Order: sequence, then structure tokens, then C-alpha cells
Amino acid sequence: MIIYLAKRFFQAILVLVVISLIGFAVQDSLSPQQAVGAIQTAQNIEETGFAERYFHFLSGVVQGDLGTSYFFKEPALEVILKKMPATLELMFAAALIVAALSVPFGVFTALYPNHMLSRFILSASILGLSIPVFVTGILLIYLFSVEWSVLPSFGRGQIVPIVGYWETNFASLDGLKHIILPALALASIMLPLFIRLIRAEMRQVLKSEYVKYARARGLSPFRIYFVHALKNTLLPVVTVGGIQIGTLVAYTILAETIFQWPGMGFMFLEAVNRGDAPLIVAYLMVVGAIFVVINTLVDVLYGLINPTIDMARMGA
Amino acid sequence: MALLSVQDLSVKFGGEFGAVSAVKNVSFDLHRGERLGIVGESGAGKSITGFALMNLLSAPGFINRGKVLFDGKDIVRMSERQLRKVRGNRMAMIFQDPLVTLNPVLTIGQQMIETLLAHRRLRRDEAEFIAIQKLREVYISSPEMRMSQYPHELSGGMRQRVIIAIALLLDPDLIIADEPTTALDVTTQADILELLLHLCMSNNVSLILITHDLGVVCQLTERIMVMYAGEVVETGKTREVINDPQHPYTQGLISALPQQTLPGHTLKSIKGYMPSLLSMPSGCPFHPRCAYALDECREHRPKLVHYRDASVACHEVNRLHQETLAE
Repeated sequence: MIIYLAKRFFQAILVLVVISLIGFAVQDSLSPQQAVGAIQTAQNIEETGFAERYFHFLSGVVQGDLGTSYFFKEPALEVILKKMPATLELMFAAALIVAALSVPFGVFTALYPNHMLSRFILSASILGLSIPVFVTGILLIYLFSVEWSVLPSFGRGQIVPIVGYWETNFASLDGLKHIILPALALASIMLPLFIRLIRAEMRQVLKSEYVKYARARGLSPFRIYFVHALKNTLLPVVTVGGIQIGTLVAYTILAETIFQWPGMGFMFLEAVNRGDAPLIVAYLMVVGAIFVVINTLVDVLYGLINPTIDMARMGA
Repeated sequence: MALLSVQDLSVKFGGEFGAVSAVKNVSFDLHRGERLGIVGESGAGKSITGFALMNLLSAPGFINRGKVLFDGKDIVRMSERQLRKVRGNRMAMIFQDPLVTLNPVLTIGQQMIETLLAHRRLRRDEAEFIAIQKLREVYISSPEMRMSQYPHELSGGMRQRVIIAIALLLDPDLIIADEPTTALDVTTQADILELLLHLCMSNNVSLILITHDLGVVCQLTERIMVMYAGEVVETGKTREVINDPQHPYTQGLISALPQQTLPGHTLKSIKGYMPSLLSMPSGCPFHPRCAYALDECREHRPKLVHYRDASVACHEVNRLHQETLAE
């Protein structure tokens, strides 16, 4: 287990080095002067090579210095860390919606493939998959904010500070109201995928010998479906889920922009518009780190729920 | 009264081109403590018959006609709730491949205890006690430790022992074993069969053994039922049928045993293939492969005719029998 985690840690470092190289190359080509920054005084910038400038940048990264944002005139990392809780909360809310709806819908459509409701869920999921997030978002705003004016359409509303930069939406009714629409828009892209994945996996599992054997032992349908079948169904779903949560980060850029959600994604788009290179690079590095962390967590989780994987020997 | 009385059981499979018959007019009685072997080639309808006895056919298969009277009650007409009370409790099943029968994500103990709790009001520790007891009966070493292990941590033979233990958990009246040793290696096979025989005899449990292995049938059963293309072609006492088979198909099966051929000679086989369910021949389903086939065999389907303990579905056998009676 420890060997496995250590291995993953080095892999993570490698991934981050590659991201930093790409990010720095972008930044360097935009403005080599700024890339090297104020530290570079004695030497002429033209005389320093790319490698030298990159290693200079890396030595800063190791010390937690990802450069200073041109626009905010603050350390880029700090700017991002301030915005991160908003994005993470949005992702969490979306993941919650996906998890809470995909399992019952997926199981229902697998158990009763010919039921009217199943047909409706499956048709709606095709629709959800085909409509891009920004259209869904605008549609939601039109319905819930403009037509029925029941939910707010932009911003985080009333937020309650917890620790450090972390201010939460989940502690007040106003905050909760504000997070519903953006979270729905963000979930709309993942939910259909998960319903279909769970449905397909479940149907496969229901045909297996051990489900037939469970029936031959006279177990109750509830136990057969929700203990025997669902547990096996969710194994591959967890793996795909891990990858998809990473993808969710990318979609936050769209959702946050539509709903003026003051998170990392919205900030990133602004940084691109302003040509704020250090902030762009810092964003890439932070998102890369989130990806690696989530994937590692999912792998560990998978090992814990799947008894056929021996965690002690993983990575050995 | 017989424990199990199967009357005119027929199973069909619904398909795009209409339903095809997989099992036709199977009838037999099984008494308490009696052991019956069902033999035949792959696709003869043995396993389907076994599943039909538990009313456990999965779509598109369905019981088309007939009765399965278990202790006087018809399994075919039972509701799902009533069936659940019988399955695993009074009638247990042993599946073919122990590698895929147990749920991979639940421990041995969980799967044993849930089976007990599905049928009896017990406390958890009581159920655990019974489960460990049964594991000991099938000679599993350190049963307490096995309870918390997952199926993949056990060998194939051990898993089949666990499945036998689960079958015996609720002291059933009948065990249906569908090719219980096919997926195991030869030495393990012998152990498992001996164990199964011993447990059935000591607990007075009836056994229906579904297999293609005549040797296994000889070893374990008192009566035999030979199936071909979904029909019963011969039944009788195992010893008598094996020593003096009447139906040409049974004769072919027995002469195809490797022991029947001298070393260095080519193994005998029955020529041709079993017909597909979609294109059954007219008359006797075996006539295209039968050396004794007459015109009558091509036109009329032979009925199962009873002679003392045995019954055979063959025109030729029937004719010979009539002749001896006339003399």
C-alpha cells in the first residue's frame, strides 16, 4: 500500500513536471521577459537559454512560487487558492446530483427496460448528452430565473466563511439556492453518461451465474438487486467516475462562465482574455495536481471496495 | 407418494421465428432419498430440465406445459414468493462452475449466512454457527477463517465444497446438481463426488445429477434417465441400463466410452450430430444417426414404453419386446 502510494506520488511529480514544461513554454513564448521576472537583472534575457529560464521557473515552483499575476498583482497560486473553494463546491454539488440520481435511474432502467419511465429516462439522457453545457445552462436560466423567477441566475449569493480562503455555499439557504442551477448545468453532462453506464453494467451483471445462483438460494429480490448485483455493477462505475470527475474540472470553465460563478474556471477564462500568463500556467498546474490526486484516490477506493485486488501487493 | 413427480414437462424458448421446444414431455418420479442421473450430450435439454424443476428458467425460456409436483405442490403454478420459500430451502442447486457461481465481492460467510437468514429466523451468531458446522461437514479446513475469505481466495475444489455446504445449509429434501464436477480436475472430481454421495446418503437427501459422464452416473445414482434432443429415450435402474442398454442411442453412448475400446484402436463414436432444435427430423429424432432405422422410425415418433422397471422410446425395441411376449 505504502509502496503503491509512493509510486503514485512519483508519477504525480512526473505529470506535474510535464505540465509545468508545457505551461512554461506557453508563458515563455508569450513574454519571455515576464517569464523570467524581476530576478533576472544581471544577465541579458536574450543570452539566457530556454532551459535555463525553465529551471529558474522550476526552482520557484518548488518553493511554492508560480509567478505573479499581472492583473491581480498577487502571487498566482494565492489567486487560484482563493478561487478554488468555489469551484470545488460546485463540482461537489454536481457530483452529488449525479451520484444521487444515476444509481436509482440506472438500476430502474436495467430492471424494467420496457417500462414507460425507463424509455423516458433513456430518451432524456440522449438529449442531455447531446446538448452542450452552455445551452443547458442558458435554458435553465431562462426557465428558473426568467420565466418562473424561483432561482438566482448568477454569483454565489450569501457565503459563509469556514477556514482560510474557504467560504461555503452549503451553510445558508441563499447560498444553496445559488448553487442549484450551475450544479445542475454541470451535472447535465455527466448524469446521462452514468445512467447509461450503470444500466449497461447492471444488465450484464443480472445475466451472471452468481445472480442466478442467488435466485436459486431463494434470496429476496431486494437483496439480489441491491447487494449482489449493485455491488458488482458499481466497480467499473467507480473507475469511470474517477476519470469523469477530472473531466468535470474542464466543464467548470463553461458552467462558471455562464453563471458568473467566481471560481477557478471563470478566473481562467478571464486570465486568457487578459493574457495573464503566470495565472494560466498556475491554473494548469493546479488542475493537473487535482487530476492526479483524484485519480489516486479513486484507485485506492477501488482497491478497498474490490476484494479481488490485493492492496498490499498493488504496484509491487 | 413420490417426493418429486414430473408430469409431461415441456420447455420452450421463444424467439423471433416462434418458439422452439427444448424439452418435450418429460415425466418421472423421484422418491425421498433416491438418486437419479440425467445424461445426454450437450444440448440434449438436461440442464434446462434441471432449471425447470426449480422454475428458474431465464427468458426467453419458459415452461410450456406439464407439472412439477414437489411434495404434492406444483412448482410450475407457484408464485415468485412461494417459489422463494422452496428454492435454497427444500430444493437446493449445485451449479456447474464454482469459479463463477459465488459472488466475487461477498465473503463465503456473508453468502452462507444470507442463505440461512432468507429462510429461517435466526440470530446472526446462530447462523454463523450453523454455517461453520456445515463447512466442517464438507471437510473444509479452518472453517472459521474461511468465513471471512472471498471466493477468489479459495481453490476450485474448495469453492465447490462451499457450494455443497450451502446446498446442505437448510437440510433440503432434494439437491439438483448440474454437472458439479465438470469444471474441476480429475482428482478433485473424485473427492467431490464421494463427498456428495456420502452427504446425500447420510442425510437421506434425494439427488438429481445432471451430467454427460456415464462413469459419474454409475458411481452416484440408482436410476438413470437418458435424454436426446429434449426427449427421454430411456430410463431404468442405472446398473441395468449401463450393462444392458436397450435404446440404440444409449448403446452408442456406452460403446463410445474410452474403456470400451482396446488400446491402440480408434475410439468409437456415434456418427453425425444431434439435430438443431430449429430443424428436428420427422419421426424418431435419433433416426438419422441410428443403424437400425426403419421406415416406421422416419415417419412416427416412438412413445416411451414401460417394461417392468425400465422404459424405452424405440420402435425396434418395442417390436422385439412384442415378439418375445408373443412367444
